[in-house]
Amino acid sequence: MSEAWHPPSALRVRAANTLRSSTFRLAVLYMLLLGVSVGILMAFLYWSTAGYMDRQTAATIEAEIRGLAEQYRRRGLPGLSSVISERVARDPVGSNVYLLVDDNLERLAGNLDRWPNEFPDSEGWIRFRLRERGPDRAEEHAARGQVFLLRGGLRLLVGRDVRDLEATRALILDALAWGLAITAALALLGGWLMSAGVMRRLETINQTAGEIMAGDLSRRIPLDGSGDDFDELAANLNRMLERIEQLMVGVRQVSDNIAHDLRTPLTRVRTKLELLCTELDGCESARSLAAETIADAEEMLATFNALLRIARIESGARRAAFACVDLRPLTEDLAELYEPLAAEKGQSLTLRVEGPARVMGDRDLLFQALANLVDNAIKYTSPGGAIALAVASQEDGVMVTIRDSGPGIPPHARERVLDRFVRLDDSRSTPGSGLGLSLVKAVLDLHQASIALGGEADGLLVTVRFRDARQPAA
Amino acid sequence: MRVLLIEDDRQTADYLLKGLAETGAVTDHVADGRAGLLQAAGGEYDALIVDRMLPGLDGVGIVRTLRASGNRTPVLFLSALGEVDDRVEGLRAGGDDYLVKPFAFSELHARLEALLRRGKSDTPETCLRVADLEMDLLKREVTRAGREIRLQPREFRLLEYLVRHAGQVVTRTMLLEQVWDYHFDPQTNVIDVHISRLRGKIDKDFDPPLLQTMRGVGYMIRGA
Repeated sequence: MSEAWHPPSALRVRAANTLRSSTFRLAVLYMLLLGVSVGILMAFLYWSTAGYMDRQTAATIEAEIRGLAEQYRRRGLPGLSSVISERVARDPVGSNVYLLVDDNLERLAGNLDRWPNEFPDSEGWIRFRLRERGPDRAEEHAARGQVFLLRGGLRLLVGRDVRDLEATRALILDALAWGLAITAALALLGGWLMSAGVMRRLETINQTAGEIMAGDLSRRIPLDGSGDDFDELAANLNRMLERIEQLMVGVRQVSDNIAHDLRTPLTRVRTKLELLCTELDGCESARSLAAETIADAEEMLATFNALLRIARIESGARRAAFACVDLRPLTEDLAELYEPLAAEKGQSLTLRVEGPARVMGDRDLLFQALANLVDNAIKYTSPGGAIALAVASQEDGVMVTIRDSGPGIPPHARERVLDRFVRLDDSRSTPGSGLGLSLVKAVLDLHQASIALGGEADGLLVTVRFRDARQPAA
Repeated sequence: MRVLLIEDDRQTADYLLKGLAETGAVTDHVADGRAGLLQAAGGEYDALIVDRMLPGLDGVGIVRTLRASGNRTPVLFLSALGEVDDRVEGLRAGGDDYLVKPFAFSELHARLEALLRRGKSDTPETCLRVADLEMDLLKREVTRAGREIRLQPREFRLLEYLVRHAGQVVTRTMLLEQVWDYHFDPQTNVIDVHISRLRGKIDKDFDPPLLQTMRGVGYMIRGA
């Protein structure tokens, strides 16, 4: 048996269910896949826009350097300087950067004041800051250029102001990042909505299945008329339920037929024997024989009735008549009814009730079940023993225990004794049909109560737990 | 005693007719629900025995109609179903007692007698007497031959029920239902132990014994 059982809040269960549901996991997986695909797509877009512009700039710079180097080779330093000056003059904005220095980094030509401090990479590419001499303030912006070594220790730097390029690149990056974020959010939302939708439909099916298992066989899964695969599943399950219900009704019909067809003649046999008994007034031996036969017939009838009763209780039909039952007066009546029987065997039968003990149920059936348990305790406990009946209110329901000082039931047989017709070998000699505990089990199942057989060598401990029955305020 | 039996099962009917004839009752028999209702409404009967399941009109319907028209004849329902909700439905419809098939004839007879007796005593009694045993229902005192007998509350109710039905056989099931108010099926005859305790108090030191065991049927209290 579990210890205190705390019902988690419905909300927490729902949230946990959503996270655990396979549809949600599928949605998350789908979202990841979509995210990766979109990421790759965005990377390509970036490469083909911002990257293209970069490559364009680099190609222009390279071409210009090749041209200038050619000038230097043909016309020497003066030629190169004049070409540079020409080009600087043609570009008053200063978006093209030129600088020619000697081996002491002294400026020979160009529109840059001094050689940048940054180091070029292995291919001569360099990123540096451009200081623009505005009318009142100095502005800095990014530039990109290539360094070329000329013969005679001269160095040539050709660059471009990439301020606009950088701005465009930032814009593209921004747009791509937002696009990715929105995609992820939409995927997450879509996945959640999708799994919530699927969950809701599965929930309906689960709930109906639960109600059916609780005994209401007439329940059916509602269809939403969309004709989708869930509807098809629900329709198939409903057809299956239809079939099960037919079979169940069939079984019950057979039971009722047996009740009608066999119990009635058996009763007639019993009554005829009774009449025979009165007519056999003179002959005592024949009379006692008839009396024994009556007892046999009664035993058969009792077994038969018990079987039919169990079948009917298991069908769950009686739950409709459930009402609030106070186990306090019920167990008091029970103890009072059985106390003389125990006293006759020299046993003590005690009752202890703690706290309120209201459960939802059928008063007569509950009495029957507890009476069977007490009856068993008295039957199997040797003279002089003690039987203790206790009812205790618990956080999550009501617990009833019946402890006796009899031989107990070995652990391996504890589950089995609740089955029909099971009697332990050493109890074969005591009267009984082997249905008493099955009836108890059927009644407790009907009440969604659990039964556990425990105890050690010092006797049997039967624990019955009734779950909180949403007790109406007294 | 005039009894109307409304029962469609031929064999059960034959058997009940035979048994009732032996007890000296005059019994009419109808097998159909609608005919049964007409017969019950038209004739002067001391009691009706009505099967729950009938062709035409079911037992509950018959009794409901009779009660609605002011007919108060005691009704004993017979049923092959035997579930509490059926019982409750039957009693709510106006039935006075409910017997589940199969039953021993002696059980039916005992219950029928109890029903007839119930119909007669209209005025509430304060004192019951059988031979030299007296029960004061107001003071809840019991005396026999002038000597006071101390009884537990349940023993008092048990004795009261037996005395109210003095001269009639009372079955164990009737006692469980009427004195303990539980409809259940004890695995052991718990009632017997209660009876023997009661017997120890009211019969042990007195003569003649009043509380008698009717073998295979139940108990009866009878003066002389």
